[in-house]
Amino acid sequence: MRVYLDNNATTIVDPKVFAEMVPYFCQMYGNPNSLHEFGSESHPALRKAMDQLYAGINASDEDDIVITSCATESNNWVIKSIYNDYILNGDKDHIITSEVEHPAVGASCKFLESLGVKVTYLPVNSDGVIDVEDLKNAITDTTALVSIMWANNETGMLFPIEEIGAICKERGVLFHTDAVQAIGKVPVDVKKVYVDFLSFSAHKFHGPKGIGALYIRNGQPLSPFFHGGEHMGGRRSGTLNVASIVGMGRAMELAVEALDFEKSNVRRLRDKLEDALLEIPEMMVIGTKEQRVPNTILVSVKGIEGEAMLWDLNQSGIGASTGSACASEALESNPVMEAIGAEADLAHTALRLSLSRFTTEEEIDFAIDVIQKAVIRLRAISSTYAYAPEWHVSKL
Amino acid sequence: MAKNSLIGGSIWEEYSQKVQDLMNHPQNMGELTEDDAKNEGGKLIIADFGAESCGDAVRLYWIVDEATEVIKQAKFKSFGCGTAIASSDTMAELCKGKTVSEAVKITNIDVEKAMRDTPDVPAVPPQKMHCSVMAYDVIKAAAASYKGVDAASFEDDVIVCECARVSLGTIKEVIKINNLKTIEEITNYTKAGAFCKSCIKPGGHEAREHYLVDILRDTRAEMDHDHLLAISDSKIEGSNTVNFDDLTVVKKFQQIEAVIDENIRPMLVMDGGNLEILDIKEGGDGMSDVYIRYLGACSGCASSSTGTLFAIEAVLQEKLSKNIRILPV
Repeated sequence: MRVYLDNNATTIVDPKVFAEMVPYFCQMYGNPNSLHEFGSESHPALRKAMDQLYAGINASDEDDIVITSCATESNNWVIKSIYNDYILNGDKDHIITSEVEHPAVGASCKFLESLGVKVTYLPVNSDGVIDVEDLKNAITDTTALVSIMWANNETGMLFPIEEIGAICKERGVLFHTDAVQAIGKVPVDVKKVYVDFLSFSAHKFHGPKGIGALYIRNGQPLSPFFHGGEHMGGRRSGTLNVASIVGMGRAMELAVEALDFEKSNVRRLRDKLEDALLEIPEMMVIGTKEQRVPNTILVSVKGIEGEAMLWDLNQSGIGASTGSACASEALESNPVMEAIGAEADLAHTALRLSLSRFTTEEEIDFAIDVIQKAVIRLRAISSTYAYAPEWHVSKL
Repeated sequence: MAKNSLIGGSIWEEYSQKVQDLMNHPQNMGELTEDDAKNEGGKLIIADFGAESCGDAVRLYWIVDEATEVIKQAKFKSFGCGTAIASSDTMAELCKGKTVSEAVKITNIDVEKAMRDTPDVPAVPPQKMHCSVMAYDVIKAAAASYKGVDAASFEDDVIVCECARVSLGTIKEVIKINNLKTIEEITNYTKAGAFCKSCIKPGGHEAREHYLVDILRDTRAEMDHDHLLAISDSKIEGSNTVNFDDLTVVKKFQQIEAVIDENIRPMLVMDGGNLEILDIKEGGDGMSDVYIRYLGACSGCASSSTGTLFAIEAVLQEKLSKNIRILPV
C-alpha cells in the first residue's frame, strides 16, 4: 500500500479538475489574447475560472485576482513591490512579518534587509502563533507592510488573521497574507477578513502545479514584477496558461464545496492518527487541534532523527515530510520547531503528516501501524533514547 | 550549478545500495556490556560524539584485548539519519580486528569508500558526508578513553562550530583530505556552519574566535605552500611526487631544459644545429605551449618543421607530459 501524507507539500490533482483542463491543450490551444477564433474560443472558460476564483475567496469584482505561477511568486511580488512603492522614495522603511513564515516571505524580507529596509520578525509562542499585542507594539509610522501567514505550513496552526487585518486597517498599514495552506482547509473570505494582498497556489488544493494567484484589494498599489506585456491588465505579463487557470478555477470551486467534508471527515481521520501517535511514549504534537487546519500534524518523535523516520516510512510506502518540502535537502533543524522554542533536543525530531480529502480510513490504519513499527526499530538503534520496552512489546 | 542541481531531487537516489541495505539492516547495531567484556576477556570502552540538539549523535562500544590492543568487538548506537546509521555501522565493522592505534587512522573517507558499490561512485551525496565524519570523531573519542589520554592528543580541541561540535583540527583535516574549496563544501562535509552560522564569518549573532572563511583561506594557503615545497623538492627526472602539469612555469622550464640537454640537444649538435627555449605559456586547452627557436644548421633545415619537430615533441611528451606542444618561432 502507498499512502500519501505530504499534502502540505502538494496534492493529487482531482480527476474532475484534470478532466476540465484537457480540452485546452490540444483542442482550444489558441493564445487567448489573439484576435482570431482560435484565441477567443478559450475566453468563456477563462472567464468561468476567474469567476470561480473570485467566488472562492468572496472577492469583489472591483478587486484584482492576478494569475501568477505560484504563491512564492505572489509573496515575492508583494514584498518587493512595497520596496519600489514606498521604501525607495523614502516614505516608509519598515516591514513586519513573523519568525515562522514560508521562505518565500522570510527570504524576501531578508533580501530587502540587505537593501536597507528594517524588518521586524515577530516571535511565536509555544503553539507557533504570534501575539497580536506584539504586532500592535511593532507598528510604527514608518511601517509599510505587515505580512503574516493565514495558516502555518509546518504546524497547520491558524493565525488570528481577522484581528491582524483589523489592526492593520485601523493603523493604515498594508496587510499581506500567505494563504497557501488555508485555501481548501478553512473558509477564506476577504470580505470578512481585511486583507490588502493574499497569495495562494493551486497545487495545494488539488489543482495543477505551476499556477497560483495574488489577490489585490481594489485601489492598493502594486508595481509590476514582470515588464513587457499587457496580460492581466498589464499587472502581470506573460501568455496566459489557460489549461492551468481553468484547472485552478475548478479546483477552487471543489475545495470550497469540500470545506465541510474537510472539517468533519478529514479532521476525524487526522485526529484518529494523532491520538494513535500520542499513545506512543514521548511523542509531542505542536498546537491544539482546534486552532489547526484540519489536515495537519507536526509531531516530535523523541530519540529519532526526522530523516531516519522518513526513510523507514518511505520503505513502507508512506510519504511524509520532516518540514518544509522546499527545504528538505537542507541539513538544518526544522526552523518552526526552533522558533516555537522547542527543547533543542527535539529540533531534529519533527515529522509532518498532512492529509487530504482523498485520504482513506484504511490508509490511516496502515500509517499508524507503520509509524509504530518505525518508532520501535529506530528507538532501538538510537543512542539518545532509552526505549520503553513494555509499550514496544505490546505493539510487536 | 549544473543541470542536475537545477532539477534537484531525492538525495536518497544518490545513496549506494550498500548504504541503503545498512540503513535497513545495520549489522553492528546494539550495546556491549561489562559482562560481554568479561566473557571476551577484554576491556569495555564506551564513547559518545555529537548531540541530539545538533541532529547527530553516535555511541561506540568496543571490547579491547588489553594484551594486544586489538578491538575484538565493536557495536554502535546512533541518533541520526539513515546515512549516519549506515556510516556508524561501517565504522564499527572497520574497527573490528584492528589495534586501537590502527583504528584511530580510519578516516571519514575510509568509511565512505567502504560503503561504495563501485570504486568511482561516491556512496552518499556531498551534503551527507558529515555523517561519516561523525564516525571518524567517535573513534578518536573511544581511543582517547582507552588510552586514558585527552582526545586532544588525537585532534585539535579548539571547537569552531559549537552547534555541530566540529573542531579546528577536523575542519583543517577535512579541507586537506578532500581538497575542499568553498565554505559550502566544508558545511556539507562537517556540518560546521549549518546551524546558527556564527562561525562562517564575523557579523553573526555571536562572535567566534575562529571563522570558517579564515580557516579555509589559511588552510588553502598552507596547502599551496606545501605544494610548492613538494615541487621544489622534486627531482628533475623520474619524480613521481608532483605531476608535470601541476608545476610552476619556472619548474616546467627547468624540467624541459633538462630533458632537451640529455636527449635532444646532443643529436642536434651532431648535425651542427641547436635550439633555445623562448617561452612557455599555458594554452587554454590544458596544453603547455613551449616556444622554441632553432639555431645553427637547424634554422634552415626543411625537417625542422616536420620530422625534427615531431621527434622533439614526442620525447618531451614521453618523458614529461602528453600535454606539451612545441611551437617553433
